Amino acid sequence: MNALAARRRHPAAIFLLLLLGLILTGGAYAALAPKPAIAAEASAGQVKEGQELFKTNCATCHGANALGTNVGPNLAGVGAAAVDFQMGTGRMPMAEPGVQAPRGKEVQFSEEQIAAIGAFVASLAPGPAVPAEEYTTGAGGDPGKGGEIFRTNCSMCHNSAGAGGALTRGKYAPKLTGVEGKHIYEALLTGPQSMPVFNDDNISPESKNDLIAYLKAMEAEGNPGGMALGSLGPVPEGLVAWVFGLGVLVGAAYWLGQKGA
Amino acid sequence: MSTNAYDRPAEALRSGDKPVTAPPSAGAKKLGGVAGWVDDRLGPAKGVNYLMKKVFPDHWSFMLGEIAMYSMIVCLLTGVFLTFWFIPSAGHTTYDGSYVPLQGVGMSEAYASSLKISFDIKGGLLIRQMHHWAALMFIVALSAHMLRVFFTGAFRRPRELNWVIGCILSMLALVEGFAGYSLPDDLLSGTGLRAAEGFMQSAPIIGSYLAYMVFDGPFPGEAIIPRLYGVHVLLLPAILVGLFTAHIVMVAVQKHTQYPGPGRTNSNVVGFPVMPVYAAKAGGFFFIVFGFIAVLSALVQINAIWVYGPYDTSAVTAGAQPDWYMGFADGALRLLPGWLEFHAFGYTLSLNVAIGALMLIPIMYGIMAAYPFIEAWVTGDKREHHLLDRPRNQPTRTALGVAALTFYGVLMFAAANDIMAIKLHMSINDITYFFRTAAFVLPVIAFWATRRVCLSLQRADRNKVLHGRETGRIVRTADGQFFEAHEPLDPYTRWKLVGFEGQQPLELTSGVDAHGVAAPSNGKWRTRLSRFYFQDVVQPVTPAELEAAHHDGHATEHLEAGETTKALH
Repeated sequence: MNALAARRRHPAAIFLLLLLGLILTGGAYAALAPKPAIAAEASAGQVKEGQELFKTNCATCHGANALGTNVGPNLAGVGAAAVDFQMGTGRMPMAEPGVQAPRGKEVQFSEEQIAAIGAFVASLAPGPAVPAEEYTTGAGGDPGKGGEIFRTNCSMCHNSAGAGGALTRGKYAPKLTGVEGKHIYEALLTGPQSMPVFNDDNISPESKNDLIAYLKAMEAEGNPGGMALGSLGPVPEGLVAWVFGLGVLVGAAYWLGQKGA
Repeated sequence: MSTNAYDRPAEALRSGDKPVTAPPSAGAKKLGGVAGWVDDRLGPAKGVNYLMKKVFPDHWSFMLGEIAMYSMIVCLLTGVFLTFWFIPSAGHTTYDGSYVPLQGVGMSEAYASSLKISFDIKGGLLIRQMHHWAALMFIVALSAHMLRVFFTGAFRRPRELNWVIGCILSMLALVEGFAGYSLPDDLLSGTGLRAAEGFMQSAPIIGSYLAYMVFDGPFPGEAIIPRLYGVHVLLLPAILVGLFTAHIVMVAVQKHTQYPGPGRTNSNVVGFPVMPVYAAKAGGFFFIVFGFIAVLSALVQINAIWVYGPYDTSAVTAGAQPDWYMGFADGALRLLPGWLEFHAFGYTLSLNVAIGALMLIPIMYGIMAAYPFIEAWVTGDKREHHLLDRPRNQPTRTALGVAALTFYGVLMFAAANDIMAIKLHMSINDITYFFRTAAFVLPVIAFWATRRVCLSLQRADRNKVLHGRETGRIVRTADGQFFEAHEPLDPYTRWKLVGFEGQQPLELTSGVDAHGVAAPSNGKWRTRLSRFYFQDVVQPVTPAELEAAHHDGHATEHLEAGETTKALH
């Protein structure tokens, strides 16, 4: 009987065993748990600059302390990712009031300024950070798997071609073609406007990368059949058949009818 | 008669006989060669001769049905090509073809083979797109043909049965189309089948049994694709081609209708014979239609199944619409309010689904097929008609048609409410409320407006006949009077404007004829409907009226068409 076996009934053994188990589980979780993909840490100077920009450009609606007013929501806890998405796609600052902020024709601020405002908003309360490039370009992703995720989670609003779709009361899911991978990732992470949040527990960063790979692969494939008619399915197809198809063929019939024997 | 016929005395008895003439097909036999050989054995020369000499009137609107016929032929030809590779099976497979975004994805063999046709068979995508575009054009053209027949009154006796056959053809074409676009088992068609299963379930009492019978168990099962395939490539094409042949034979037997015009009567057909004119025109038109569909398919993508992805019962896509011809039923579903679902005694009655999905199509086609008989009953007109109506000369029929078309259009556009919402930046709720109201209000407005427009056009025609064409030339007489010179119409133009029949509503009869013998009464309702049908009817200008107008010159200028009508009543 060796020393370890002799002390197995020692009163402290059970606690030691528990401790060991906890350390192992905790260590394994820390090593294997899905890690949020974070691009960069913010500096104190950036936060200060962001606050200044915020006061002059965003405070009218979101309040001086970003805690919201009756025309703009509270931004504590939305994180830098939300700021990067909303401002990086030109949705914010909003050009005019409406049911939903449309994608802007041009981005109003430089990348540094957006990052600064993001740092300020992130300093208010913890929230999702701007994702690292590793998972946002679709590089190395599996488009097939991404397509399955897309059809299960996204196509009911965004349309299977990513052409966009209608929601209630004038709101809509925008089209996904021509959107940067980073912004797709951030939208998933923060759930802007009517969109639900798909956090990293729900769809892992790798799966998000697959999803972006699918959207990029679809864009790369183009439309092998010819003009896509806005990728809106049978409605524009029927319109073409009635207006263009019947128009041309009736024109041909008329021409034949005018021709004598 | 030969001169040596009197060798035997008895021959003299037959001296008055006419010599035996050659049989009528002798001319064809003289063709010799293959045609003569075939005629000797099967004798088609007479029939072919009859067909080749058949006269058809010439008008572009008579060729709408031809567009449908040629589109159907394109569908049949391209469809055969597709059957060479399509696998009608729900069996599971993993895609390894050349379309990158779907590589490694699990899917049905039906979907995988449709992708193979699209990407890995030479010319496959073009043929697939031709098949689909030709199907859309088939139903577009047959609908346009149907409208032409309706608005010109070509469905009247003796052609009521052919109208009914046309209605059945049209309805079966919808089913055929639905079966076809459900076959590839992509996300859109799977969504359509799921909806169809819901429609079946909404049938009172038998709903769930019906759905289980069609799908051979719970949705989706493995039976529906092979079953639809059999229906789509075998059963319905056979019925369609059979009915279509009957349709064409009836046109040949009953002769084609023609528009009224000088020299055209109810008992002749003015036009060109099939050979050589129509054989060339129709043959050429076939190639125009075929070529146009090929060009359209080469340039414009249709039903991009690879974009939709394989069907999966957990997935759905925004913008899920059926092909346009099923749009009106989809639109009805979108407009029906949810409170039409009732629960009683543990049963659910889903009228919110059943009205649009199960009842609409049979009711609509039922009314359409019955219309010729209803109209004949209301007008009391049971005579044969081979001359077409100008739509304005039948204001109530034209207005009823436009009202029905408006109702159909509202439902069809309602099926695109989500597309309108995103493209026009409007609220889908507001669009839906608008269409709900429009479905009831617009047909009434359309009826009233169309009837007024028709009556006004008829009165304008009367004016033109009585007073001639306004030349815009102002003439000053010697005593200082001014008037605008009117130029009388030439007889050909005038014929078009006066060459229709005057109409009178049915009178309520007493039930006995002039001799006091019992005769069936028209009945109160029939008389009322007839009065409604012929309300404000405008009569054609009679020769006497024309004579009077020409003699009296300006004296009749004040006589308005409306007053004339009243005077005639």
